[in-house]
Amino acid sequence: MEKRVTFNERWLPYLLLGPQMIITLVFFFWPSGQAIYQSVLIEDVFGGNSKFVWFENFAQLFRDNSYAHSAQITVVFSFLVAAIGLGFSLLLAVMADRVIRGATAYKTFLVWPYAVAPAVAGVLWGFLFNPSVGILAWMLKGIGVEFNYVINGNQALLLVVIAAVWNQISYNFLFFLAGLQSIPKSLIEAAAIDGAGPGRRFWDILFPLLSPVGFFLLVVNIIYAFFGTFGVIDSLTKGGPGKSTEILVFKVFNDGFRGQDLGGSSAQSVILMVVVIALTFVQFRFIERRVHY
Amino acid sequence: MVENRPFLTVLSHLIVLLGVAIIAFPVWMTFVASTHSQQTMLQSPIPVLPGPHLIENYKKVLTEGYGKVGSTPVMMTLTNSMIMALGVAIGKIAISIISAFAIVYFRFPGRMYFFWAIFVTLMLPVEVRIVPTYGVVASLGMLDSYSGLIIPLIASATATFLFRQFFLSVPDELTEAARVDGASPMRFFWDILLPMSRTSIAALFVIQFIYGWNQYLWPLLITTKESYYTVVMTVSRQANVVDSVPSWNLLMAMAMLAMLPPVLVVVFMQRQFVRGLVETEK
Repeated sequence: MEKRVTFNERWLPYLLLGPQMIITLVFFFWPSGQAIYQSVLIEDVFGGNSKFVWFENFAQLFRDNSYAHSAQITVVFSFLVAAIGLGFSLLLAVMADRVIRGATAYKTFLVWPYAVAPAVAGVLWGFLFNPSVGILAWMLKGIGVEFNYVINGNQALLLVVIAAVWNQISYNFLFFLAGLQSIPKSLIEAAAIDGAGPGRRFWDILFPLLSPVGFFLLVVNIIYAFFGTFGVIDSLTKGGPGKSTEILVFKVFNDGFRGQDLGGSSAQSVILMVVVIALTFVQFRFIERRVHY
Repeated sequence: MVENRPFLTVLSHLIVLLGVAIIAFPVWMTFVASTHSQQTMLQSPIPVLPGPHLIENYKKVLTEGYGKVGSTPVMMTLTNSMIMALGVAIGKIAISIISAFAIVYFRFPGRMYFFWAIFVTLMLPVEVRIVPTYGVVASLGMLDSYSGLIIPLIASATATFLFRQFFLSVPDELTEAARVDGASPMRFFWDILLPMSRTSIAALFVIQFIYGWNQYLWPLLITTKESYYTVVMTVSRQANVVDSVPSWNLLMAMAMLAMLPPVLVVVFMQRQFVRGLVETEK
């Protein structure tokens, strides 16, 4: 798409683009370039010297068990966040779409978790499940479940998933609700006249028509689980206990800042960049196609 | 609805209400905890209804902070968060609206290169390139400063794309009329384009304000002086301090204060918020 009518100026457009380009160059291209550059270097432990090592940092990562472990946790984590988040919000959206009275009020009550910072969401859920004062931990104890996310890795992962899903629920809900409301009522009425009940109508009409929105949300949720959940994890578990909640983006930070392994951390950054770029392409291709629906 | 099924309608209401209750529960418990005394909050089970210490607790965190030596008053961290959120939102809108204007309304050599240079930034969240970005900011001497908190975060393509999309939908006749009347490009921008973009700006402002307010990793890394701490990072940091006798009431009051401004923005600007959410994803 292009404009037919434009202005003729020699310097003005460069001046207008200037601020954004300078910031992009300094804080985006420069660091990204450095990440790529450092990913092929090994720095001397005593500082100063660094050696060019081709893809040694990457090779080391792929041999490293803790990297494979972290990748595995990331996959499990993002699967759970996407599956639980999408399932729960789809249920709420379908129900909110059914009721005529109160739908707007419900919407107001469901949109605000988006505004809560991931790090604060982590603190809230950590409080609810705190082993000594948490009300939910106390209730679980009452029914015989010992819940202590500070020492139990699986429970820690579960808690991080719950907090991450909670934080993302309004986003999913809003998109599902918008998707549902854009489906023509005549389709549903026609199906009802033909004798299809609410369940049948959902699976045969609403669900297939929602699939573009669902797919879009799936990609968004995976990107969110990969990168947006840093705050949740850092304020709840810091990757622990052990390494049971150390997802990839957290490992970049841990190895780079705490472990001071710049080469390894940069190599991980580069791998993650490739992952985001791939995911973004998937999303764009899909949006191109969505136009034809 | 297409048919009358009272049972299903009631069931739908119940499910949504249950969902609302589940979602609101953590915040309710946070609020309750922030209204009790320290002693009450140390006995299990903790109360589920508000107590009498609301004003006392909030006053304490606002003016003194968590109450240990060297703690930062929340008033100060709230101010820092506000400066950062407004800076990020306004900065992003300002630089991206003019660059979108340049890309849409001018023909000049290298235009597509600029376009693609902005486009690729769409793909990489700051978390991915955090270590080298920190290095760059440190070497520019921007640690412990508002500019270090704000400027690296305002380079993003989302806003530029939103404005580009909107400008492309503005009728060419307006531009023609302005040119016939002899208006300069900047005159056209100020008097016609900017007023027309009001709703897009409002929508974007809500989204970017929340984005700026909720930043966690970035302020955590680049601030070492308390006078630059933001409220979100202090809440999380305090939650992870191992305390012999934790003051849950004060911590939860801090958490409430950290949530309040962005939640209020979303609730009161709900229309703009939904619009912004949907549009930034296009």
